[in-house]
Amino acid sequence: MSELTSKTIAELHDGIRSGEFSAREVAEAYNAAVEAARTLNAYTVETPEDALAAAEVADKARANGDLPSLAGIPLGIKDLFATRGVNSTAGSRILKDFKPPYESTVTANLRKAGAGMLGKLNMDEFAMGSSNETSTYGPVISPWRRKGSNMGLTPGGSSGGSAAAVAAAIAPGATGTDTGGSIRQPAAFTGICGIKPTYGRCSRWGIVSFASSLDQAGPMAKSVRDCAILLEAMAGFDPKDSTSLDLPVPQWEANLTSDLKGKRVGIPKEYRIDGVPGEIDALWDRGIEWLKDAGATPVEISLPHTKYALPTYYIIAPAEASSNLARYDGVRYGLRVEGVKTLDDMYAATRADGFGAEVKRRIMIGTYVLSAGFYDAYFTKAQRVRALIKQDFRNAFESCDVILTPTAPSAAFGIGETTDPLAMYLNDVFAVPASLAGLPAMSVPGGLDEQGLPLGLHLIGNELDEQTVLNAGLAIEERAGFTARPEKWW
Amino acid sequence: MSVSHEQVRHIAKLARIAMSEEEIERLVPELNNILGWVEQLGEVNTDGVEPLATVIDQKLRLRDDAVTDGNIRDEVLANAPDAQHGFFAVPKVIE
Repeated sequence: MSELTSKTIAELHDGIRSGEFSAREVAEAYNAAVEAARTLNAYTVETPEDALAAAEVADKARANGDLPSLAGIPLGIKDLFATRGVNSTAGSRILKDFKPPYESTVTANLRKAGAGMLGKLNMDEFAMGSSNETSTYGPVISPWRRKGSNMGLTPGGSSGGSAAAVAAAIAPGATGTDTGGSIRQPAAFTGICGIKPTYGRCSRWGIVSFASSLDQAGPMAKSVRDCAILLEAMAGFDPKDSTSLDLPVPQWEANLTSDLKGKRVGIPKEYRIDGVPGEIDALWDRGIEWLKDAGATPVEISLPHTKYALPTYYIIAPAEASSNLARYDGVRYGLRVEGVKTLDDMYAATRADGFGAEVKRRIMIGTYVLSAGFYDAYFTKAQRVRALIKQDFRNAFESCDVILTPTAPSAAFGIGETTDPLAMYLNDVFAVPASLAGLPAMSVPGGLDEQGLPLGLHLIGNELDEQTVLNAGLAIEERAGFTARPEKWW
Repeated sequence: MSVSHEQVRHIAKLARIAMSEEEIERLVPELNNILGWVEQLGEVNTDGVEPLATVIDQKLRLRDDAVTDGNIRDEVLANAPDAQHGFFAVPKVIE
């Protein structure tokens, strides 16, 4: 059975369609693998019966000869997505036991394409973190370990459960969300692929809000092709999200090609920053060679406001978060602290008890930068700099078609190793600019570092041009020959 | 600009998060560290730059003014920590 869990989604689909194995066998293999991997703390809820139900539908549909793209494929769903009747808690104590009476648009789309659900995946609380350590359920432990060490490493964050699940083959694919790198950094840390589409491609309806002008859902999977298949199912116009793009979903999978003839790859000089390990720069250089080999021409580009992206993000994201998280008041859902006298005291006590330290820190920053007397100096200023960052990319895409950078400034670090909030924020230095500009961006594994840990390459595309991002990702995937998988210790 | 103990206490009140004096004391340097770092945006000349409002150009849609939702009171109340007589219940507000 275990060889079923090593297959890609495309291979599973073909196997189910040809009758080589049944969808039920796939669901059973994954359900067993999920149960056997509880040490990783990747799942917060397991829903084996959901995976089996979708498998049954798929096996019946096969008899009639009509299989949608994800028929019987069991997926892991980040705990940020509302799933009807199943705990959806955003990794937070304040949403403990919250069972939504509705289904998010993205997961509903996946179900329409035939997918089942293996369970809900652990994550940083409200997606605020880069290591999964802020989850109320405790950190996810990466299936990867440094050579000769059994120290627990982080899978990255915030979609750390999703990344660990795909890397450990306890989900063939998973949903993630990306506000400032939360799909791409964990994908890089765990040697898998993950893409954040253009802002507006995936509906945000039913996804617990963090920073609404930045939040985007996207897939995480073993291969570029699987990401294309999943994204096609997830994306699409949704009248229930006012920022949803009213555009048809392209056929990303059918149009995949690693032939990059005529494409220009931008190499931003501002992304060569001090303090990044030489191995990461070396991988970047190899990535340039691979894309050249695929027919592309590298061109140097300049994104002059790059160094201001992180500070801009750490004003805008907390500001939006402080506003979005005002809804957790102990009245309509989630936790309520009893035993206090007034309504105001109930709010304050509930929020004190229900939110973790990082969420409180960001709410405090956000409240401050939006408060009377500081709004213009911080929030409006950041929105102006964000406009300049967006303009940098507009200018760059006049002379290139896709941008190549490293995904993260380091390989995975140990659980508990990074305690300074600012040092943690720096993890997303390469990921955040594309988020601020709403652009599609993807991480693809490029190789292992000296300690045996995966490193990722990062592709940023122009607005709505996921295709070129996926194609360049495929070109790297074919040349990097990244087949390393973590050795099973769990 | 840096925040004082008093200001942090005020922000916590605005954010409706109960905090002990020790917690506030711990947050003062943390917040100052982060605020000091974001203040490098002051170096950027943004004269004449409009603040970005929507990251991908699009028009806000209007929908028909028709009821599309409703009649799900019990579902809405199902997750409430305290629901009584078809309402959300809260601690007494008016004496």
